[in-house]
Amino acid sequence: MSEIALKLDHVSKKFRRGEIHDSLRDLIPALTGKFLKGGTGLKKEEFWALDDVCMEVKKGEAFGIIGPNGAGKSTILKLLSGILVPTKGSLIVNGTLSALIEVGAGFHPDLTGRENIYLNGSILGMKKREIEAKFDEIVEFSGLAEFLDTPVKRYSSGMYARLGFSVAAHVDPDVLVVDEVLSVGDLVFQRKCLQRMSEVLSSGVTVLFVSHSLRAVAELCSRSMLLVGGKVAALGPSDQVISEYLAQASGDRRTSVGPVEVRSVRLSTPSGDGVHFKTGETVDVEVELHARESCAKVAVVLDLLDESQYNLFNTSTERMGNPPVDLEPGEVYRCTFRLDLHLAQGTYYFGAHAYRYDVEHNYDSLVPALTFYVSSGIEVRGAVNCHPRLVDQKREIGSR
Amino acid sequence: MLEHLRELFRYRELLRSLTWREIRVKYKQSIMGVLWAVFMPMIVVSAGILVKYAAAKLSGTPFDAAAIASISIRAVPWAFFVSSLRFATGSLISNTNLVTRIYFPKEIFPLAAVLSQLLDFAVASGVLLVLLTVVRVGVSVHLLWVPVLMLLMVILVAGLGIFLSASALFFRDVKYLVEVVLTFAIFFTPVFYDVSLFGKWSRVLLLNPVAPLLEGIDAVIVKHQEPQLAWVLYSTVFALVVLTAGYSFFKRSEPAFAENI
Repeated sequence: MSEIALKLDHVSKKFRRGEIHDSLRDLIPALTGKFLKGGTGLKKEEFWALDDVCMEVKKGEAFGIIGPNGAGKSTILKLLSGILVPTKGSLIVNGTLSALIEVGAGFHPDLTGRENIYLNGSILGMKKREIEAKFDEIVEFSGLAEFLDTPVKRYSSGMYARLGFSVAAHVDPDVLVVDEVLSVGDLVFQRKCLQRMSEVLSSGVTVLFVSHSLRAVAELCSRSMLLVGGKVAALGPSDQVISEYLAQASGDRRTSVGPVEVRSVRLSTPSGDGVHFKTGETVDVEVELHARESCAKVAVVLDLLDESQYNLFNTSTERMGNPPVDLEPGEVYRCTFRLDLHLAQGTYYFGAHAYRYDVEHNYDSLVPALTFYVSSGIEVRGAVNCHPRLVDQKREIGSR
Repeated sequence: MLEHLRELFRYRELLRSLTWREIRVKYKQSIMGVLWAVFMPMIVVSAGILVKYAAAKLSGTPFDAAAIASISIRAVPWAFFVSSLRFATGSLISNTNLVTRIYFPKEIFPLAAVLSQLLDFAVASGVLLVLLTVVRVGVSVHLLWVPVLMLLMVILVAGLGIFLSASALFFRDVKYLVEVVLTFAIFFTPVFYDVSLFGKWSRVLLLNPVAPLLEGIDAVIVKHQEPQLAWVLYSTVFALVVLTAGYSFFKRSEPAFAENI
């Protein structure tokens, strides 16, 4: 198990911004420009998409890569699959690698579903015999049996993606690279995809998983890497890396220009400060506003968000029956909400707004303002804790 | 180089699939279907016959069945050369999706383009065979040269196609340049005429590497003579040099494809 499947050794990749000269007419002025400026002209447009990245993935391991858009995640995948070559550094891939980067990339719109399965299969590196052996399984998985002889240009985008994923999911590589493809198709198909993914994982295939769904990364991958601006910002056990990412994301302070600013959101419990709680624990959330100018009828709105920034819970001073306040210039206003965290295990955020209800005007927002973690026993999973109790259990044997 | 060839061999099934894809896609949703493969060279042949007839009328030379056979026998391989080269040159650009997303040896694209045109060539050759039987060109031992000359033609066009597809990826000008050259190349290539027509200038025309092959095909099928060996050798060397140089250029620039397409 300690064998290395993937290794990146001080890998850097340089890209160009803007247009590249792809006709002679563009090239000639560019070259003369370069000549006149002494060869420094092009350098300005270059940037490092990846900067000195080192990582190792062991055989059979599931490794996650997370980070904001443009951090270089897809560039790593393209380097590993051999489409791009690194500017500096070296990389090692042991065994065959298959990438679920862009499902259905090899489809030809004029060919039928059946023809595209064969074509896409061989593009992904399957032998004809392999495809034939797995053909029925692929069709079954896609659920598109009745449209098999229809050209894929007549497919809906969902059908297209489903067929693409079905083919890709039946390739047997040593290393599987997955880039945000689990979100195709409807609910039933998504569940199928996740199931297939865990099947692949349990069969001992090395998986490199790139996703914005932190929950999926936390569930599937034991170790992860956080990329920010092409640099490795964190590398280690997934939960630690995810915490680091969340801490960075919520640390993104903007400069408010409105008349009133949501300055801070603070958490406290009777037992002291902290961001780790047990399910059902009671916490106090203090929101602080700073008024620059005088502003009328300010209410404070509190948001509770889950990992994917979905609003789970929302309340406000005004909706709780408290009249809005008029703030003087330079005034500091604080209010504290007391909440019971009936949440299941996971990572959550608080956010706050300064809002005026009668004219529906949002003065300022700070979302997400604060990250916290809730731990629970193994009996609850999901977003909320409904405090389940088993009150009845019956068995009937022998009745039909 | 050897390593590249070994990798290409590993991907032979993909080459077959993509060739088959090009063939399938080409005649989908068309009424005439594979008849187009006959129609295109037929236009070239008709134009050639018209030109030849006019020339014969002007110079008072006889216009016979052999002249028709000669034009047809040159026009069909020429049509193959032109369409293969045109198709191969654009083969990387028109597959941007695959070039930037999935790894495999990309020379498969120009190769599949050339191979898929071979089917058209085969269909047209079938029709040509009927025509040649009708005008009774007869058979001779020199016919054994035909596969050799055609193989040289395929090597030449594959080499050019590999080189041009990679160049067109970096500079779109190449695509237009190829279009222009191919449109007028028929005047500089002995398709409608024999090079012997130009006396001592015929050597200049034979420098065009396609010319000795077309002349050769005409010689062995219609005239029942050996092709001009020296010139066939010249074409062979030319084709092999183009293929080797084109392939090594292609492989050297391949890592830069995805970010430059």
